[in-house]
Amino acid sequence: MKFLVCISQTPDTTSKISFSGDGAEFNAAGVQFIMNPYDEWYALVRACEIREALGDGHKVVAVNVGPAANETTIRKALAIGADEAVRIDAEPTSAAFVAKQIADYAAKENFDIVFLGKETIDYNGSEVGAMVAEHLDLPFVSYASKLDLNGNTATLERDIEGGVEELEVNTPFVVSAAKGMAEQRIPNMRGIMMARSKPLTVVPAVAFDEPAKSVRFTLPPAKAGVKLIDPENMDELVRLLHEEAKII
Amino acid sequence: MVLVFAESPNGQLKKSAFEAVTYGKKTADTLGVACVALVLGSNVKDAAALGTYGASKVLHVNDAALDQLDSQTYSNAIAAVAQQQGATVVILSHTSTGKAIAGRLSVKLSAGLISGANALPEVNGAQLTVKKPVFSGKAFAELALTSPVKIISLMGNAVKPEATGSSASVEAVSVSIPAGRIKVKSVKRQEGIVPLPEAEVVVSAGRGMKGPENWGMVEELATEMGATTACSRPVADSHWRPHHEHVGQTGIAIRPNLYIAIGISGAIQHLAGVNTSKVIVVINKDPEAPFFKAADYGVVGDLFEVVPRLTEAYKKFKATR
Repeated sequence: MKFLVCISQTPDTTSKISFSGDGAEFNAAGVQFIMNPYDEWYALVRACEIREALGDGHKVVAVNVGPAANETTIRKALAIGADEAVRIDAEPTSAAFVAKQIADYAAKENFDIVFLGKETIDYNGSEVGAMVAEHLDLPFVSYASKLDLNGNTATLERDIEGGVEELEVNTPFVVSAAKGMAEQRIPNMRGIMMARSKPLTVVPAVAFDEPAKSVRFTLPPAKAGVKLIDPENMDELVRLLHEEAKII
Repeated sequence: MVLVFAESPNGQLKKSAFEAVTYGKKTADTLGVACVALVLGSNVKDAAALGTYGASKVLHVNDAALDQLDSQTYSNAIAAVAQQQGATVVILSHTSTGKAIAGRLSVKLSAGLISGANALPEVNGAQLTVKKPVFSGKAFAELALTSPVKIISLMGNAVKPEATGSSASVEAVSVSIPAGRIKVKSVKRQEGIVPLPEAEVVVSAGRGMKGPENWGMVEELATEMGATTACSRPVADSHWRPHHEHVGQTGIAIRPNLYIAIGISGAIQHLAGVNTSKVIVVINKDPEAPFFKAADYGVVGDLFEVVPRLTEAYKKFKATR
């Protein structure tokens, strides 16, 4: 079995988000970048667990679309357990662009399962998985919280509004991972040492016509500030929710 | 023409479908074109009702192969109808179903996609500019769709369904659908609860509750208010509450009209899942809890006294209505 895990690099959750003066660009100064948590904690770890259970002769490849600066994040994926990594050398300008690059690479490699997180914590689009699946003409299971593989047949659970769907699909397919699929894995010293010598291949990007373009970013209007209510007087809170906030 | 895919899980049209049609109608009016709704599956009930939200007609692909979601069969059917009908804008809901198909559809139709839009599009010549929350609600991005066909998936609770028209005619359309490759074995839904992503009022509680045995008062408040209950991550991780109640960055991101946070400190990961709620009420005994900075209304006090008091106050309010 050969698994591909798509990893994205995102600002850390606790980052202060700001933009250039006219809102044209994200201001990366002083921002700590991390591997997108859904890609790391759930997609990558589950792929590694399955591959480890299968033993030798199987592999996990981590792929990232990004500049050379992303290699720290890519090495972390190798430290967690990926066997090799591929960096597609381009600025990831949009979900559509990233999906096209990943699909173009994956089409030549015949992966059994393509894993990725349910969304990235920066653009929150949840777009890449479905796009990659369509480019490759593969089934797609989104928001999977469980994945077991038995031969070529996978049994999955998928989060839906107010419930869970249980489904079955044969490899090859694309899956996006949500909480529950695996537990976060902290790379150990051996993993970190081994990551240094694992192969990391850089491949060029392919041309792509963007069907959308970014206009600008804005910050939400500042909150007016909290209005404190006397804890003895909940009638007042109900009155404000009704008359002022007009929400009940 | 604006084509709106109206989801009908289990054959039932949901609020998200009415929101999408309302949004589609307003978009179509701005563009001066018709708004047409599309329903899929053999068991869709009351599709004509979509007319009241602004659909001039409802197209129905009545095929049992579409009774369960498979992103391939769904996106094939929607793309085929969009092409048949010459749709220039396709609207979906940003739900578990919409997220599974929007990306596929954009590749099929060579269309630009804005997923999770929370405002109506602005028309600039042949472009549509749409706003969406990014960075887990910490900012907004405006994106312009430049392709001939454009796809927008609409965030839940971003527009209010407006029932202003009358029911529409339902027309059967047939398209060829490939065999599905995903087998849905079972669907478990919690009965009688409004799912969190659709809830207008959410009552959520955290570690300040001290233990699962104390949740009765939270449930009582939620029942009174017709709200759905939720919890913070530590509560779900300690199995005080089921995982499907966990809201926050790793759990479910929600956007209710009213979010009441009880005994939740407001870690940044929690805020990332709830900070786009329209009104936030925070009840916490610690005046330094970071959540107060994101709140509209705050109550500094012992939740074990405040919550029952709030329930009583709400009961009184309801009785006067």
